[in-house]
Amino acid sequence: MIFKKTKSLESKMDAFLDKISEAGIVYRRGIKNYMKNATEDFDRHLEQVTVLEHEADELRKNIETRLYTQTLVPESRGDILALMETSDDVIGRAKDTLVELSIEKPEVPDEFKSGFIELARSTSRALEEMVLAMRAFMRDPINVRNYLHKVYHWEKESDRLAEALKRSIFASEDLLLSHKIHLRYFTLHVDTLADLAEDVADRLAIYTIKRSI
Amino acid sequence: MLILLFLSSGLFLGWSLGANDASNIFGTAVGTRMVKFYTAAIVASIFVVLGAVISGAGTTHTLGKLGAVDMIAGAFMVALAAAVTVLWMTKLSLPVSTSQAIVGAIVGWNVFAGKTTDIHALTKIASTWVMSPILAAVFSFIFFLLFKKILEIWKIHIFRLDAYTRVGLILVGAFGAYSLGANNIGNVMGVFVSVAPFDSLSLMGFTMNGIQQLFLLGGLAIAVGIFTYSKRVMLTVGEGVVKLTPQSALVVVLSQSIVLFLFASKGLEGWLLAHNLPTIPLVPVSSSQVVIGSVLGIGLAHGGRGIQYKVLGRIASGWVTTPIIAAVLSFISLFFLQNVFDQQVVKQVNQTEIHLDINSGNNHHG
Repeated sequence: MIFKKTKSLESKMDAFLDKISEAGIVYRRGIKNYMKNATEDFDRHLEQVTVLEHEADELRKNIETRLYTQTLVPESRGDILALMETSDDVIGRAKDTLVELSIEKPEVPDEFKSGFIELARSTSRALEEMVLAMRAFMRDPINVRNYLHKVYHWEKESDRLAEALKRSIFASEDLLLSHKIHLRYFTLHVDTLADLAEDVADRLAIYTIKRSI
Repeated sequence: MLILLFLSSGLFLGWSLGANDASNIFGTAVGTRMVKFYTAAIVASIFVVLGAVISGAGTTHTLGKLGAVDMIAGAFMVALAAAVTVLWMTKLSLPVSTSQAIVGAIVGWNVFAGKTTDIHALTKIASTWVMSPILAAVFSFIFFLLFKKILEIWKIHIFRLDAYTRVGLILVGAFGAYSLGANNIGNVMGVFVSVAPFDSLSLMGFTMNGIQQLFLLGGLAIAVGIFTYSKRVMLTVGEGVVKLTPQSALVVVLSQSIVLFLFASKGLEGWLLAHNLPTIPLVPVSSSQVVIGSVLGIGLAHGGRGIQYKVLGRIASGWVTTPIIAAVLSFISLFFLQNVFDQQVVKQVNQTEIHLDINSGNNHHG
């Protein structure tokens, strides 16, 4: 009985992590399609990421309720909930970025498009490594470190790419200041995803020490 | 009725054992909410009683060799002296153990009765006080590293590990409670063994001899202690001094249970004898000190950080002070019981001889 409940909870946690990982991929492709003016594909990705965010949210609530009502993992449940909530923020930010793009439809000059695609690729790598670190935390805490340093790497790389992009945007003589500020806003939006992944990694680093027997 | 009155000091010792020592087995599990208190209390009570009735004879026999109290009033006072020592030292926050108090109280009776204390038995008992926490530390050190390795290899999901640990804590807790009952019932009822007037009892095909009935009574007193008072102690252990993860707690309880079992099992003794191996003395040991040994083992496996060596020194001082205080208290109270309350506490001694001896300033009675 107790093992059956545990198994179902394990599957739900795996599904939650799958949703986050998938949202990272959809987000990266959504940015790419926006930059390539592939509107139909972009809309499809926006819809996908919205569904993924909703499903992840439902799974999180379900897991949280079960952890508390069934008094499971009393030592670590606070940590697990904090991890899930912070990673839920990451998926929420991915959705928000695509929603904002669809609402504000910023005009991105061709010379900056590859910069945005590169930045989205780097931030989604940070997110992927974050999910791997979370999976390791659940099953194999010793290996969490192996993923954490990659999250930190991609977060730094994203910061570097975002800075370079902003510099080149503001160095451009063809754009109005308002246009530059609009593009800077989206650069920040895309880059923040890596910062949020880093927040999850910071928590994981501490929780992993607590989890070691 | 009078018998129950005389047994009351032993039953009180049993109650106190249940109230305090059950927390050594289920404290972390309950304190960390891995196991519900009532589950722990039911499992602990059942297995303490089983351990006491089935395997309690070994340690009791050793205490009997140290000194066979031969009058029920004497047994009452010996158990009471031990209980008062434990209460008093606990109130003063001094490290104390029922096992060590009862040994001191028996030696006090020996001196009062003018019987020679078997030095060989006493040395054997005292050596186990030192050996038991060390052995527990060795076990928990090994188990901790073993568990760690297993978890590294098997990569068990945190939710599943939680479920396994809960089941483990209950199973190992049941073994621990059985071992506690077997090992410590001698402290509670040992002094009454040669004077308890119970006849053999047959019920539904089972026969219980007088000693087993006595142990059943002691076991029930322990169970009452568990249900009435141990929850508070368990919650303090879980939240208090040493913070253990549920998996470390499992290692601590397992090591403790094995040590208590080793010092109580006649079956194991028989097996060792049959294979010409050195036997382990069957002696009641302090479960609290065994637990401290187990936690120390985990501390050592962590590289020895954060170990408070002062605590160890305090325990070692208790090995000396507890029996001495109990012995003195036992001697004085036996004197009062015999001479003020007119109760015969020693078979072979009569009051006149005691008076003569005291008047002549001779310490040797009888």
